[in-house]
Amino acid sequence: MTRLLDVQDLKVSFSQDGTLTEAVKGVSFHVDKGETVALVGESGSGKSVSALSTVRLLADSARVSGQISYDGTDLSNASERELMAVRGNDISFIFQEPMTSLNPLHTLEKQITESLSLHQGLSGEPARDRVIELLEKVGIPQPAERLSSYPHQLSGGQRQRVMIAMALANGPELLIADEPTTALDVTIQAQILELLAELKAQEKMGMLFITHDLGVVRKIADRVYVMQHGEIVEHGPTAEIFGAPKHPYTKMLLEAEAAGVPAPVPENAQELVRTEDLRIWFPIERGLMKRTVGHVKAVNAASISVRAGETLGIVGESGSGKTTLALAVMRLISSQGPIHFQDRDIQGLKSRQLRPLRADMQIVFQDPYGSLSPRMTVEQIIAEGLSVHGTEAGRDTRDMVAEIMEEVGLEPDMMHRYPHEFSGGQRQRIAIARAMILRPKLVVLDEPTSALDMTVQVQIVELLRALQRKYELAYLFISHDLKVVRALSHKVMVMKQGDVVETGLAEDVFSNPQTEYTQQLLAAALDHHLPQSA
Amino acid sequence: MSPLNQRRWSNFKRNKRAYWSLIIFSVLFILSLFAELFVNEKPILVKYQGSYYTPFNTFYPETTFGGDFRAEAVYRDIEVECLIITGGVVDCFDAPEEIIEDAADGIVLGEEIQKGWMIWPLIPYKYNTIVDKPGTAPGPPDAMNWLGTDNASRDVLARVIYGFRLSILFTLLVTVASSIIGFIAGAVQGFFGGRIDLIFQRILEIWASTPSLYVIIIMFAILGRSFWLLVFLSILFGWPALVGVVRAEFLRARNFEYVRAARALGVSNTTIMFRHMLPNAMVATLTILPFIVTGTIGALATLDFLGFGLPSSAPSLGELTLQAKQNLQAPWLAFTAFFTFAIMLSLLVFIFEGVRDAFDPRKTFQ
Repeated sequence: MTRLLDVQDLKVSFSQDGTLTEAVKGVSFHVDKGETVALVGESGSGKSVSALSTVRLLADSARVSGQISYDGTDLSNASERELMAVRGNDISFIFQEPMTSLNPLHTLEKQITESLSLHQGLSGEPARDRVIELLEKVGIPQPAERLSSYPHQLSGGQRQRVMIAMALANGPELLIADEPTTALDVTIQAQILELLAELKAQEKMGMLFITHDLGVVRKIADRVYVMQHGEIVEHGPTAEIFGAPKHPYTKMLLEAEAAGVPAPVPENAQELVRTEDLRIWFPIERGLMKRTVGHVKAVNAASISVRAGETLGIVGESGSGKTTLALAVMRLISSQGPIHFQDRDIQGLKSRQLRPLRADMQIVFQDPYGSLSPRMTVEQIIAEGLSVHGTEAGRDTRDMVAEIMEEVGLEPDMMHRYPHEFSGGQRQRIAIARAMILRPKLVVLDEPTSALDMTVQVQIVELLRALQRKYELAYLFISHDLKVVRALSHKVMVMKQGDVVETGLAEDVFSNPQTEYTQQLLAAALDHHLPQSA
Repeated sequence: MSPLNQRRWSNFKRNKRAYWSLIIFSVLFILSLFAELFVNEKPILVKYQGSYYTPFNTFYPETTFGGDFRAEAVYRDIEVECLIITGGVVDCFDAPEEIIEDAADGIVLGEEIQKGWMIWPLIPYKYNTIVDKPGTAPGPPDAMNWLGTDNASRDVLARVIYGFRLSILFTLLVTVASSIIGFIAGAVQGFFGGRIDLIFQRILEIWASTPSLYVIIIMFAILGRSFWLLVFLSILFGWPALVGVVRAEFLRARNFEYVRAARALGVSNTTIMFRHMLPNAMVATLTILPFIVTGTIGALATLDFLGFGLPSSAPSLGELTLQAKQNLQAPWLAFTAFFTFAIMLSLLVFIFEGVRDAFDPRKTFQ
């Protein structure tokens, strides 16, 4: 087999404020023709940086050294003009975020034609034919009518398909895919992976696949490189790595999977929160008089009931209304229908009346980077609720903050630092501490583990379970990750486009799903074996 | 200082041009604030008959120094100078020059005197002092008037220094006041959104389309020209400048997760606005601020140039520019006006450029 991309002793460092940070410390890897190679590692391991530096797509502050050759020609000293000929023509890229990698102001035809005219000089009728052919190949239905669509008119999965079509436009030899499925729902993820495997076989190209998801790697890769802290710690054929991992880090990655079951709900537990046919409809208004012509039905008739010490897992793909439902239960957005909290209907209470109740219901958000104000110290963030609801008698704020930090597994000495000095997992612990310091009875967990690495996910799940046991907390756990849901939930509710599709005890839903949609979801999420097409 | 601000300050200092501009500007501005000490028609310190006087900030009638009038002493008059030096010799009223010469040895007309002196500021004119010298006004630069005199025979350098101070103070007042108003208006619109936002935006559109120049001219015609009226009118028409960006920042920030989290904690609206959202909008405000500052300086100069600005007695750079246009035979007026504006505006632009870069989190400094 011929070497397509060969990287020897690659080093990348970033300079900021005069200090040099080494991101990649001398890695070597190669991709052969027609082969899929995966770079695996947790966030910050340098996998994306390694891939982007092959065609020098890094920011100006990066210093790159090492040998990079593509198809026998040396790229490390190539001029910017030579690199431009290679980028998009011989080596193509697919990025993680399909929402932002397409220009929102251009039609599909224009986006794809751009690279065709740049590298092949195609325009007019032949270019249009080629675009339609490409869209057909990536599985966009009725491609001819889709040409004048804008990105916002497509779903996330379709956008990622368009990205793939753009990447394939010039028949590349090598495709570098940087977390191409991470931002997608599980069912869509499976479809995209299938498509990539098919296309690779058809076009006989090499693929460098960057991901943190080992399930994806097992499905698609021929060989695997495992990266940690900017170094490759282990590499080999996929079967070997998964079958007999040697390096302790690889072993840890493979074992990192949220497992176990939650502690059983105590007998005669009080019901804490209950809704009856809760509806969240946003009116669509037309014309001068704001006539309501219809409704966007974000949530349709959802009835939930959670007891103290119990977890209700709400599962669904993006846009299914699961977060909207949780926000409505907390009275953060308006809704119709009774919400009983501790035997009191809180629907229609004024925000002043609600304020004392706020201490009893708290929320932890998905994004540990966005949910902490970057300009406040950890102490200020955690203590914010105390400023509204007051401290416990005879204790001062600092004392309580220190105690709660210890409880969620953070060093109390760190309370004077700012959020950016913490890792994703630590930040999520801070967010949990902020919610827990008020000793709430109900905690809404809105995808608290989705933005975290697998190994960190496991720790957070452990922490949540321990807190539940200790304080008999009721959780409303929202997630699209069914493994985490299984590890935490007593009851499960499956939602699709605002409707409750299925609801029941966790073990029943997981072992014996009733509806077709739930079966599909479970198959895509838990079964990692694809029909072998490559 | 928080680490974030420390980082910003060190980033700012690394931009040499901005840093030096800030130093130069601060020195100039602080000096101009104490202009009465350097540029004045009254002495800083007078010793008369063994006691000390500070005329630059205190009123002394001429009688204090042995004169006849009960009005304030005119220290530039040779008679007053003679009185002070000789300690009040009456003959000063007849032949002051000879007496001063005579007083050099401490004895006047055979009698010992208590010798006095005056310490003059560096530039012994105020912006409205009429310089008494031969020739027609405007007069060219010479040893007495370093930048010449203007068409009313007033010292140009003194007018520039006071004019600089007035411009900057005017700008600071207008910028601070209209920024605060604009910030609050934008914050309210962005935070609450919906109907409040809709109504406010329409009011703003009407307000922004009012021809402010006409209003200023009309108000001046009714109430008479004054500095404070101009400040008030400039604020009245200046505050919408910031509303747009602040509103946009607040609209964006109200959906941030940490704002939602604060709401879930039961934090009140005002606290959320001040603690969580205001710091976000500050960065956007800082990028707009230089335009407001330079725009305000320009607007004041324009009004003065057109003759609708400050009262004609006030030291005004715009009026100097107008004189330069009317007196092309006196090029020192035009050069002075040009360089004053060029240096002042460049310094401000350089400073704000540095501030903007220092606040940019994505900018890397090597």
